[in-house]
Amino acid sequence: MTWSEIAPLLWEGAQETLYMLGVSTALTAIGGLLVGVLLVLTDRDGLLPAWPLHVVLGLIVNIGRSLPFIILLVAIIPFTRALVGTTIGTEAAIVPLTVGAIPFFARMVETALREVDRSVVAAATAMGASRREIVVKVLLREARPGLVSGLTITVVALVGYSAMAGVVGGGGLGDLAIRYGYQRFEDEVMLATVAVLILFVQLVQVLGDLIARRLSHR
Amino acid sequence: MIQIQGLRKTYRSRRRAVAAVDGVDLTVRDGEVFGVLGRSGAGKSTLLRCVNLLERPDAGTVTVDGVELASLRGGRLRRARQGIGMIHQHFALLGSRTAAGNVAFPLEVMGVPRAERAARVAELLDLVGLADHAGAYPAQLSGGQKQRVGIARALAGRPRVLLSDEATSALDPETTGSILALLRDLSQRLGLTILLITHEMEVVKRICDSAAIMRDGRIVEAGTVTDLVRRPGSELARDLFRLGPAPQLPDATVVDVTLAGDATDHSFLSVLAREHDLDVRILSGAVEELPGGRVGRLRLALRGAHAAEEAPLRRLREHGLIVEVPR
Repeated sequence: MTWSEIAPLLWEGAQETLYMLGVSTALTAIGGLLVGVLLVLTDRDGLLPAWPLHVVLGLIVNIGRSLPFIILLVAIIPFTRALVGTTIGTEAAIVPLTVGAIPFFARMVETALREVDRSVVAAATAMGASRREIVVKVLLREARPGLVSGLTITVVALVGYSAMAGVVGGGGLGDLAIRYGYQRFEDEVMLATVAVLILFVQLVQVLGDLIARRLSHR
Repeated sequence: MIQIQGLRKTYRSRRRAVAAVDGVDLTVRDGEVFGVLGRSGAGKSTLLRCVNLLERPDAGTVTVDGVELASLRGGRLRRARQGIGMIHQHFALLGSRTAAGNVAFPLEVMGVPRAERAARVAELLDLVGLADHAGAYPAQLSGGQKQRVGIARALAGRPRVLLSDEATSALDPETTGSILALLRDLSQRLGLTILLITHEMEVVKRICDSAAIMRDGRIVEAGTVTDLVRRPGSELARDLFRLGPAPQLPDATVVDVTLAGDATDHSFLSVLAREHDLDVRILSGAVEELPGGRVGRLRLALRGAHAAEEAPLRRLREHGLIVEVPR
């Protein structure tokens, strides 16, 4: 294939990848923060101790993390249909991407929040701060560099997951590499796709590191 | 200002229960600096954390400025806490906020409007001598500067009580001195009552009006520092003036003499020499300038025909000196 044939394919794939990643990253950020905060709060020495809830939540997260993405993708097809009305296409790929990434990011959120010095939380409590203020103004804010680093790793993992989105017709760069490069032996397409993906991951990582560093005042 | 009664707090693990605070009664008077002295594990940290309910006591009452705290919950407890400042061993500053941002935090919690907040923050940073460092992040400040930010933050809500959890333990001696001087100065200028815990005798010596010694969850002795020092057998006096093991002298009587208050002006050495015909030698001793006055302790070797008699010692006691025979 010539470059003039490859370019439109790449462009279309990149757009699909960006769309899938953009939406699933946004949803994962919200969902993962929520679950991660809940994991920390409900722990035995947390601000809202609820051991049974903590255990159940941890179990769900672990199940989500242990399923290979391709299995998850297929396993939640009924859920995907109920949610977006279809099981094929880019929208349909966003659902399993998000479901797969939330547990992953939630653990990163949990780790980042646990890094926050306990004495700072105690100090805020001693100042009469409410639980909501402690979560928003102390835990989440102090953990910002860690949260950004975690999200960066999650986005990179999502790039990998999104390659499998082709299974449900989600499209994207990974799908392109598999269909043209792997199945039709179009090495140029594969190489071009891989180059774009590497560039993309590199960009995400550098940007993530930059933001994390700007937020960290150590 | 602070009354603690029958306070108990037990930590339970699966295997055993440890009574961190095992029945403590304590009264801190209005405007005084009260030090609880003890080794690590003595329960003093738990005791302090019970005062603002960071730890909920199993039994007993904690009354601060007339409000019984152990019975409060939710919003009322939070409001009560806003009236009690606290400083911490490792400063506990928010690393993501500047010095000014840290001092503003409790004001935000209290709902002080933004404009008012800025003025109050500037005033507080000035109070602790950090007006020039308002925009610095904690990581850019030295330990002493961080603790000054901690103190400014603790005073933001104009508390009448300040709790200090080993506030100088992470600092070098010189910085410790300047922080202690600042605390002493603030307590006098603002009429602040300070309850502090420490394992350093130096802290008690430098700024405490009263002190308590804590061991195994209990208060072993408590009172004003000058009273404690004069109390025979006082551990505080023994720790404050380390005279070492008493030597066995065949031809002399060894006595420890503690002088406090007016007694420090008493020329007892010449009394012993003149009236009892004794040869007096100082074996060891020290005189300390405490917030409550001058206090000293001397170990003397008495030689002479009447050295072993009671009369010379009685004579000293009549003059308000505490005389003990060390074993």
